[in-house]
Amino acid sequence: MLSVALKPNTRRRMAAIILSTSRLFSASWSSLSRRTLVTTASRCTEAQARAQFYTDEHKELQRSLKKLIDSEINPYVDQWEKEGQFPAHQVFKKLGQAGFLGVTKPEEYGGLGLDHSYSVAMSETLGTINCGAVPMAVAVQTDMATPALARFGSHYVKEQFLAPSISGDKVSCLGVSEPSAGSDVANIKTTAKRQGDDYIINGQKMWITNAYQADWMCLLANTSQGQAHRNKSLICVPMDSPGIHLTKKIDKMGMLSSDTAQIFLEDVRVPVENLIGEEGMGFTYQMLQFQEERLAGAVMTLSPMQTCIQSTIEYTRERKAFGQPLLNNQCIHFRLAELETEVECLRALIYRATDLYVAGDDVTKLASMCKLKAGRLGREVTDSCLQFWGGMGFTNEVLVSRFYRDLRLVSIGGGTDEVMLAIICKLMGTLPQLPMKK
Amino acid sequence: MSLKVLVGCKRVIDYAVKIRVRPDKLGVVTDGIKHSMNPFDEIAIEEAVRLKEKNIVKEVIAVSCGPTQAQETIRTALAMGADRGIHVEVPAKEMEKLEPLHVSKILAKLAEKEQAELVIVGKQAIDDDTNATAQMTAGILNWPQATFASKIEKKDDFLEVIREIDGGLETIKVKLPAVVSADLRLNEPRYATLPNIMKAKKKKIEKMKPADLGVDTTPHFEVIEVTDPPAREAGIKVEDVDTLLLKLKEVGRI
Repeated sequence: MLSVALKPNTRRRMAAIILSTSRLFSASWSSLSRRTLVTTASRCTEAQARAQFYTDEHKELQRSLKKLIDSEINPYVDQWEKEGQFPAHQVFKKLGQAGFLGVTKPEEYGGLGLDHSYSVAMSETLGTINCGAVPMAVAVQTDMATPALARFGSHYVKEQFLAPSISGDKVSCLGVSEPSAGSDVANIKTTAKRQGDDYIINGQKMWITNAYQADWMCLLANTSQGQAHRNKSLICVPMDSPGIHLTKKIDKMGMLSSDTAQIFLEDVRVPVENLIGEEGMGFTYQMLQFQEERLAGAVMTLSPMQTCIQSTIEYTRERKAFGQPLLNNQCIHFRLAELETEVECLRALIYRATDLYVAGDDVTKLASMCKLKAGRLGREVTDSCLQFWGGMGFTNEVLVSRFYRDLRLVSIGGGTDEVMLAIICKLMGTLPQLPMKK
Repeated sequence: MSLKVLVGCKRVIDYAVKIRVRPDKLGVVTDGIKHSMNPFDEIAIEEAVRLKEKNIVKEVIAVSCGPTQAQETIRTALAMGADRGIHVEVPAKEMEKLEPLHVSKILAKLAEKEQAELVIVGKQAIDDDTNATAQMTAGILNWPQATFASKIEKKDDFLEVIREIDGGLETIKVKLPAVVSADLRLNEPRYATLPNIMKAKKKKIEKMKPADLGVDTTPHFEVIEVTDPPAREAGIKVEDVDTLLLKLKEVGRI
């Protein structure tokens, strides 16, 4: 009997082959099911394992990270939100020491070389931080500024920038968006012109998370003329290079402990060795890691939404109006049940997308769906829950109002809802053809 | 050093959970509730691992009694640095009625079987707060005990232990083999790092039943009722000490 030696995917595929050939011979199903190599019992445990999604190692990772969050991060979040900045170097160093910043990164540079399901496990637990800003900053470090570097960078750039980012000694930021190009990445204007052994960089970047504390930036710039998808490159830029100016911190409605700024680059000189991979491949590299970035963005909303629903249940159980707990009102407990159902649907979608991604499939469509749903559901959950908190929900003294502000960004950052919809339409074959550019 | 240390760790309801009494009033709701390792046991495991890192101890064996889920607790111990685990299988229904005396007998038998010279446990479990297992284990083994330890130092063939007692701190010497119970300030448990979590996958967990150790788990107690403590009443403010004394006399407190 095919036992645990084969991976679940292989077993499934073999079962499918056996089933289809059996139907071809139109033998009776019951006699064949007895003779097929996959028994009902093993299919059951396999299904249970798939539904559980996380193995004991994943759960242990989550337990350990939760401990770190509970003692080193959550006690200080309120203070950081008031101050408008969290200490990135301090927090990243603690995470790096415990191995959490290099989960999927290569072992030679301090990473653990684990598959993406571990990264998803970590992102889900990061969602238990009592604000959106800190998980977002960590995601920039692990899932936005470093994936292309890890996959395509030379040994030199990996040593200079990847290894210290994994250990938590250096903080990174991602320089892609610009004042005139956010969703329209192909339209960015920043240039990096080759001059001898250097690139001379000129341009502006906008909405840069970790800008004030970053030691280096993963910059996307135009390195040549030509087609917008083939003329860009990713370059590692040390943030202390002369010519880099930051504006004052952008005053945002949420994600308050995250320092976000506009960055001006004036004749910034960077050695050619700082190029990641090949010139002209920058756009492609960025696109490749979007699946991971979008899955991470979606996964990180699960815990905050769960927390909102759970805390609203507790609050409305205690809070009384007209002689009984608010929770006794059908409009409230039914609505919370609806929201709980939707969160469960999103969770199933995310786990399925991750499973397929780990198995080697392209999950662009599913990942885009996850991000789209997460952004919209985050708004629905926080909005409904805030309403049930009544006056208290409107104060800054409760978590639900902070999540209301923080989760609003999910529909915008990391790819807007509209961009996600366009991607899904493209894959559905419903996106109208754009007029050919001359 | 050939010293083997046995560490007991219990799976309890997580400290942050809001406990609710079961409708049948015979216990608290445990289904679907978050569980984790008893915090004092985490401190015990941490201390054992530190002793190993100082080369005072050769092997750390983590033991937990409970249903299948107790293995999660053992795995956390392994991720923190324990070398191997022993899971004493006690089904969930029986676990409700398992008493410190049963656990002490189990630990004593295991200490003998494994030829451990040191047994460390948390001073009490945060679910029943009995604070009895360490003491009874020492009694059964006829070993010296050092409870409420806030510092442990090995000197030659004995341990110098500082204990937290009502009057302050007490320093005692206990000869090995001994039983120690860990108090809050003994150490600050580490986060299991990701590399160690992955390494723990290869560590062994031995399974056995209380009967295999010759321990009878028949309960000696019966829980008659579990209720919430009375809701806290509002207090009153008084202007001065004389009024305070008067009020206390009025309600018969002095």
